[in-house]
Amino acid sequence: MKIHIKNGRLIDPKNGIDAQRDMYVAAGKVVAVGTPPANFGANRTIDATGLIVCPGLVDLAVRLREPGLEYLATLESEMQAAIAGGVTSLACPPDTDPPLDEPGLVEMLKFRAQNLNQAHVYPVGALTVGLKGSKLTEMAELRDAGCIAFSQAEAPFADNQVLMHALQYAATFGFPVWLRPQDPALAKLGVAHEGEVATRLGLPAIPVSAETIALSTILIVARETGARIHIARLSSAEGVALIRDAKSRGLPVTCDLGIHHAHLSEMDIGYFDPNCHLTPPLRSQRDRDALRSGLADGTIDVLCSDHAPVDEDAKQLPFSESETGATGVELLLPLTLKWAAECGVDLAAALDRITARPASILGIDCGHLSPGSAADICIFDPGAHWRVGEDSLRSQGKNTPFTGIEVCGRVTHTLIGGAVVYEKNIK
Amino acid sequence: MPAKPLPDAEQLLASLTDRMRPVVGPDTGLVGIHTGGVWLAERLHQALNISLPLGTLDVSFYRDDFSRKGLRRNVKSSDIPFDIDGCAVIIVDDVLYTGRTIRAAMNELFDYGRPSNIRLAALIDRGGRELPISADFVGASVEIRPDENIELVRDADHRFALRLVKG
Amino acid sequence: MWLNHSNPQLNQNGELHHLLSLEGLPADVLRQILDTTESFVGVTQREVKKVPLLRGKAVFNLFFEPSTRTRTTFEIAAKRLSADVINLAINVSSQSKGETVLDTVANLAAMQADMFIVRHAASGAPYLIARHVAQDIHVVNAGDGRHAHPTQGLLDMYTIRHYKGDFTKLRVAIVGDILHSRVARSQIHALTTLGCPEIRVIGPRTLLPAHVNKLGVQVYPDMKQGLKNVDVVMMLRLQNERMNGALLPSAQEFYKYYGLTEDKLALAKTDAIVLHPGPMNRGVEIDSSVADGRQSVILPQVTFGIAIRMAVMSILAGN
Repeated sequence: MKIHIKNGRLIDPKNGIDAQRDMYVAAGKVVAVGTPPANFGANRTIDATGLIVCPGLVDLAVRLREPGLEYLATLESEMQAAIAGGVTSLACPPDTDPPLDEPGLVEMLKFRAQNLNQAHVYPVGALTVGLKGSKLTEMAELRDAGCIAFSQAEAPFADNQVLMHALQYAATFGFPVWLRPQDPALAKLGVAHEGEVATRLGLPAIPVSAETIALSTILIVARETGARIHIARLSSAEGVALIRDAKSRGLPVTCDLGIHHAHLSEMDIGYFDPNCHLTPPLRSQRDRDALRSGLADGTIDVLCSDHAPVDEDAKQLPFSESETGATGVELLLPLTLKWAAECGVDLAAALDRITARPASILGIDCGHLSPGSAADICIFDPGAHWRVGEDSLRSQGKNTPFTGIEVCGRVTHTLIGGAVVYEKNIK
Repeated sequence: MPAKPLPDAEQLLASLTDRMRPVVGPDTGLVGIHTGGVWLAERLHQALNISLPLGTLDVSFYRDDFSRKGLRRNVKSSDIPFDIDGCAVIIVDDVLYTGRTIRAAMNELFDYGRPSNIRLAALIDRGGRELPISADFVGASVEIRPDENIELVRDADHRFALRLVKG
Repeated sequence: MWLNHSNPQLNQNGELHHLLSLEGLPADVLRQILDTTESFVGVTQREVKKVPLLRGKAVFNLFFEPSTRTRTTFEIAAKRLSADVINLAINVSSQSKGETVLDTVANLAAMQADMFIVRHAASGAPYLIARHVAQDIHVVNAGDGRHAHPTQGLLDMYTIRHYKGDFTKLRVAIVGDILHSRVARSQIHALTTLGCPEIRVIGPRTLLPAHVNKLGVQVYPDMKQGLKNVDVVMMLRLQNERMNGALLPSAQEFYKYYGLTEDKLALAKTDAIVLHPGPMNRGVEIDSSVADGRQSVILPQVTFGIAIRMAVMSILAGN
């Protein structure tokens, strides 16, 4: 199918393009940008007047809840949500049931996902068996089955020696390891940031030191082992400072920020709103501001959705008993745009945080629209306002702190491999 | 249409006192209903030389309109400092209207004990009864419109007057 | 950004619709409750202790966390208002396998409940319930996790007012495990709203919340310093599980430094009063001689507790 996307504002951060350029797609690839190839007879023309055309979004953390957690959401519904959010490549964490610690499970997941012909799914394998933090998984086998990195998700290591060995082993093969910095003992039973709000609300608290102590340990072990590490979901100003310091000393570390932490703080918990029960917890406004500037100055490399659909029964519980997480893959775009607008970051730089940069962390050739590359494209209306709610979200998880809030930025078309897999009639 | 002037409250109180004097005895318990009834009962208690101490009632907890109107903002305490059992009670209120306040007062009194009898003294009877209740001693009967109210007021020298208010 | 959160305790007329926390309650609402309590104290002192205010109403005691004392007080208070009382002790372990909190509440509401008295081990549980009940059902928080115990806070305020009068001239000390105490938090909010100029919290650092000073209190790790010239001493109960764990080495050491003995009490004003929400651990946080002594108002607290709950339930039911 030959597609001509005309009159759109093309933003391709990797190639430094931000201009009115037409795009030409054929045989699943971007064949030309700007000038049409000779005799390009388009089968379909997409009028992108007033719209932005960018590489399909790359989201480093989208939980598809398969295998095993189908009561929370299904692969089908979450893949639908992803393309509605303009996401064409995604990494899914290993915290399924059972966790992704066996090649068979990974293969099955990839197979199921591929059959849907939607976003490309890149599983992150479990670093330890059962994510129990003691015994290393067969990382090489898992890599062959399709895992692009390894992680402990939110589970702790049995002790630092396991952490050390896991990183040493991964370093042997050059496998990237994605780690969440949280000291299990200091975070035990805590559900909210150790600050004014938790004190007033009487919620068991998680101090910032739970993040910084774990982060310091990870950074030291990474330096010693030479493992390639990516720090997942920062939450504190002190954490940003540690990363900044490590980078300035030459450590090849990358890190990401969940979209909710770019906007919300402990104050948003209000009267115990379980939609704000997240991990890591929403911290103080000062922390939030430091995360936002860290993202702007590049200390934090990318934004991700940390998509975690949770059903109503598991969320409508007393705060500390409710399941953590928020649905977010459909909010990745509008919340990135919101951050950019509020922090004075230009559109191309903002989109870079959710296209080219996560692609490089993923280690996959995507997140750009160079001629010859796969036609994974996101077309969106930067001025379209929409209200977040049950009706406007395709994910089975409707659990978001942004329920009822109007956001700006809506995907109109998503193309994967040159085929339009999602279309929204806005006009 | 010229309005009929309201009677003089002090004169009414004097005539009420005279008419009550013959029936008052050593077992007479005077109980005033907050707030106007208590004011009147204080004066009567002194003028009639009643031996048992003065009782006061706030009927808020016994009203029949609680579900509709809720609890009043400034509920006062009820205080019956004598034994109701076997007592000849005289309830004192300023304005007798529907009779519901008196019904509530009687219910409350019976939660304190069993009086030998209960009589009612009211400064003003404005008619409009909704229950079979009548006063034994009345200062004056006055007719006013349903959208009007009569209020007993007390000035700085503790002298009484009656006032007509709308609504 | 702050997402929109409206105060769930007040209805659109600014009247009390649920009692969930003393935080954020206007001073005039607090005073109305204390004033109304006065009348109910009178009722508890007469022969017939009942009034017909809540006749025909069904009050459900929903205790997800066991408690004989508080539940009994609410039961007595409700019965004295002529309400029908149903007690439900929900076994929390079976809860996790069966009904959710909201399912339990929905089933009970369908049985014509008018009021839920809720105690739960998780902070915020009564808010969840209040958000999901029908408009004409009232929720009273009988204690949620570490967050609030509003009726206890109110009865403590009533007790202080009864013996000391004007809050604006008082120095108050709260002693013990503030970190885990819902009673302490409620007391602090009420004292602040009623104009108490100096609130001191006394305890070892492991038992004080990290940001407690943001609640407007002064922190005294040294009890002898903290008790100097105070008018009111509010002791908190120390739970057994705190005593031999990582937070406190032993009951003996706690008693030596934070237990209220006669000579420590002597540092306060001579007419200072001593409160305790009960049940007391004699010899741990408080000496028997103090608990039973002339400055203790612990027993009157219990009487006032019934009247306070009658006042709260009456005001809510009428709104």
